[in-house]
Amino acid sequence: MILEHDIVIVGAGLAGLRAAVEATETADVAVVSKVLPTRSHSGAAQGGITAALGNEEEDRWEWHLFDTVKGGDYLGDQDAVEIMVRDAPRAIYELEHMGVPFSRTPEGRIAQRNFGGHTREYGKAPVKRACHAADHTGRVVLDTLHDQAIRQNVKFYSEHYILSLVFDEGRCTGAVTYDLATGALDFLRAKAVLLATGGCGRVYRTTSNGFATTGEALSLIYREGIPLEDMEFIQFHPTGLFPLGILVSEAARGEGGILRNNAGEPFMERYAPKIKDLAARDIVSRAILTEVRAGRGIGGKGYVNLDLTHLGEQKINEKLWEITSFARIYLGIDAASEPIPVAPTCHYVMGGIPTDGDGHVLADQTGSVVPGLYAAGECACVSVHGANRLGCNSLLDLLVFGRRSGKAMKEEAPGIARSASSLDPVEAVKERLAGLMDRMGGEGMERSYLVREEMQTIMRDHGSVFRTEESLKQGIDAVRVLKERFARVPVTNKGRSFNYDLMETIELGLQLDLCEVILASALHRRESRGAHFREDFPERDDQNYLRHTLVFDTPQGPRIDYKPTVITRFQPQVRVY
Amino acid sequence: MAIRLKVFRFDPEKDEKPYYKVYEVDAEPTDRLLDCLNRIRWEQDPTVAFRMSCGHGVCGSDGMRIDGVCGLPCQRLVKSLGPEVLVEPLPVFRVIKDLVVDLESFFERYRSIKPYLIAASPPPDDERRQSPEEVGLLESAVRCILCACCTSSCPVNQNPETADYVGPAALVRAFRYLFDSRDEGLAQRIPILDRKQGAWGCQTLWKCTEVCPKEIPVTKLIGQVKRKIYEVKKETK
Repeated sequence: MILEHDIVIVGAGLAGLRAAVEATETADVAVVSKVLPTRSHSGAAQGGITAALGNEEEDRWEWHLFDTVKGGDYLGDQDAVEIMVRDAPRAIYELEHMGVPFSRTPEGRIAQRNFGGHTREYGKAPVKRACHAADHTGRVVLDTLHDQAIRQNVKFYSEHYILSLVFDEGRCTGAVTYDLATGALDFLRAKAVLLATGGCGRVYRTTSNGFATTGEALSLIYREGIPLEDMEFIQFHPTGLFPLGILVSEAARGEGGILRNNAGEPFMERYAPKIKDLAARDIVSRAILTEVRAGRGIGGKGYVNLDLTHLGEQKINEKLWEITSFARIYLGIDAASEPIPVAPTCHYVMGGIPTDGDGHVLADQTGSVVPGLYAAGECACVSVHGANRLGCNSLLDLLVFGRRSGKAMKEEAPGIARSASSLDPVEAVKERLAGLMDRMGGEGMERSYLVREEMQTIMRDHGSVFRTEESLKQGIDAVRVLKERFARVPVTNKGRSFNYDLMETIELGLQLDLCEVILASALHRRESRGAHFREDFPERDDQNYLRHTLVFDTPQGPRIDYKPTVITRFQPQVRVY
Repeated sequence: MAIRLKVFRFDPEKDEKPYYKVYEVDAEPTDRLLDCLNRIRWEQDPTVAFRMSCGHGVCGSDGMRIDGVCGLPCQRLVKSLGPEVLVEPLPVFRVIKDLVVDLESFFERYRSIKPYLIAASPPPDDERRQSPEEVGLLESAVRCILCACCTSSCPVNQNPETADYVGPAALVRAFRYLFDSRDEGLAQRIPILDRKQGAWGCQTLWKCTEVCPKEIPVTKLIGQVKRKIYEVKKETK
């Protein structure tokens, strides 16, 4: 079926919903989501949202700007970061006016807490900047924005997967979607399409990301010849609940939690003497794994302890209820009396679809805009997070750039004529699906779950916290072999309704492309910056690499190019915490 | 260790009526029941359908009936279960396929209680003030993840004669806005709740509270909604 809307938004997390709420006053907006409302992974965010409100102590947006730039190891575009941090207080007050149940100070203002890399006076000491609702900030903001979308009667296509983007003479004119419940294909035709599909953490074995976080929009873009930016920068959150990888918020350390090795030593003092456990995530993750490599993991194993026992039961219950419930449910641990075992877990991709500050997708180094196509949130790379994102800057990114994208689409859509093309893009997708469904088992047949597990193992072994030239090359070779094996994966479920087998097989093919992009980007960056650490090139090299990676799809494989980083206020300095 | 899962199966495309199929999986005692279901789907039978997303009890996707009790398989560890586990879809809702139910009526009821802040007065330039105690009142209610375990466990919702009861999940969200010190929608909210399909549909049977995966005192919150209706009506008399 062909369904007409002014604006189609793919993804119902915070970026997508914020854009929808912005645009829906004057435009006909539809939101497409793989999952039901409020299941999107934004809801798993815990710790808070950054804004220099100064509710607890003096704070300034200039300090927030500096921290974000330094946290990103000077790779973030400072003009974009400035847009974000200056808009932050407005974005928070707006949420408050919508009804978000923020934790409060005794004076009734929005409460703020410490978080990694948030400092006063350009790095002098920690500052309380993270606005929060206990340790379920993402969930309550997602609920509030969903409630606003209900109020505004936003049209939802829930449990619909995007299988293809449609272009007409270079302009994006919609998307082909698959209805999970019925197996029907639709062409959602629109004047503007926003991709707000989140990250791709599920290519790794241990991740805080949900099962739906497979990043297929990134691969769809890439296959259309649009580059992906800075994909080597994958954030490993230092404190994933061991061994599951479930997020244990940095709020635990913001509230006073301490990381300890097998000797009970608060080892972060050695790695970040000034702000210790509140250093940026890349630094803490490397510190944990360095301790583990030196045999100082707990019981010689691959984890350390997160100690909250000195915080007291009341503070834990009020501020950290969710994360301590995870420790209790999955490990039988009472965090008030025992430490929580933690290890780094794949959490966030700093890179993504290149955009400008209004969500326009950029086709090349010169900044040419892809007409009709927008991206916001984790799938986009503005770039505000550079080589490493600071905690609580992600929700801010979603809110600020989600709104700006919604605004841009709302303003631009009326000037765009509806596509007059009689082209039916559904047919091509239908053929592709039929081809997949016809793949038969039999001799030489591969199983999708085995290919997926192997992909996740390759990414863990070759594309994680510590990287080398040789290992990355091995990883790329191994992914290429897997791609060949993937061609022999059959879809054994031939049913029409809730065929997750078919959807996961499609996702797997797209994920393999992303693995190659991540590893190739990492191979070509022969320096260490933020979350990208090369053991063979342990220093940052501003001479050669103070620039963004762009990867283009070619028949010969990924082609690497670069574009300059925008520097306005802060020249690169040595990054110590 | 091996664990057997007796799984409710129904595919309206080909099955005349539902049936149960037993699968045996190898699992660690610390594996989640959700891990077992995934292993079945990935390794043994790709046609089994169930929803999941976050895998750790914050998204609300995977509500189902486990040994007769509604809950989240991502929160249940193998070691807490017996050698054979009965896995069925949430009751109350129409089964679409296997463990997947149609939640449209659930969200429709949710939308019916006006689940948004109603504030008539213009907001200040900064935040509205709210004390820690005022927001603390909402703390348990805002933990709700809309998994529908409470509503599908409620005997009132399960009874076809009273199935139009809005249900505990919608009432938890109604509580969350009704008791928000910033909300000015009392006059609009009371008529929606002051009905036998509204708060008065609750017969205080506690099933919702027993099953809530987020430990929300659902029945008590609904009790406070009832009391509020009573007080407001007494005042206006």
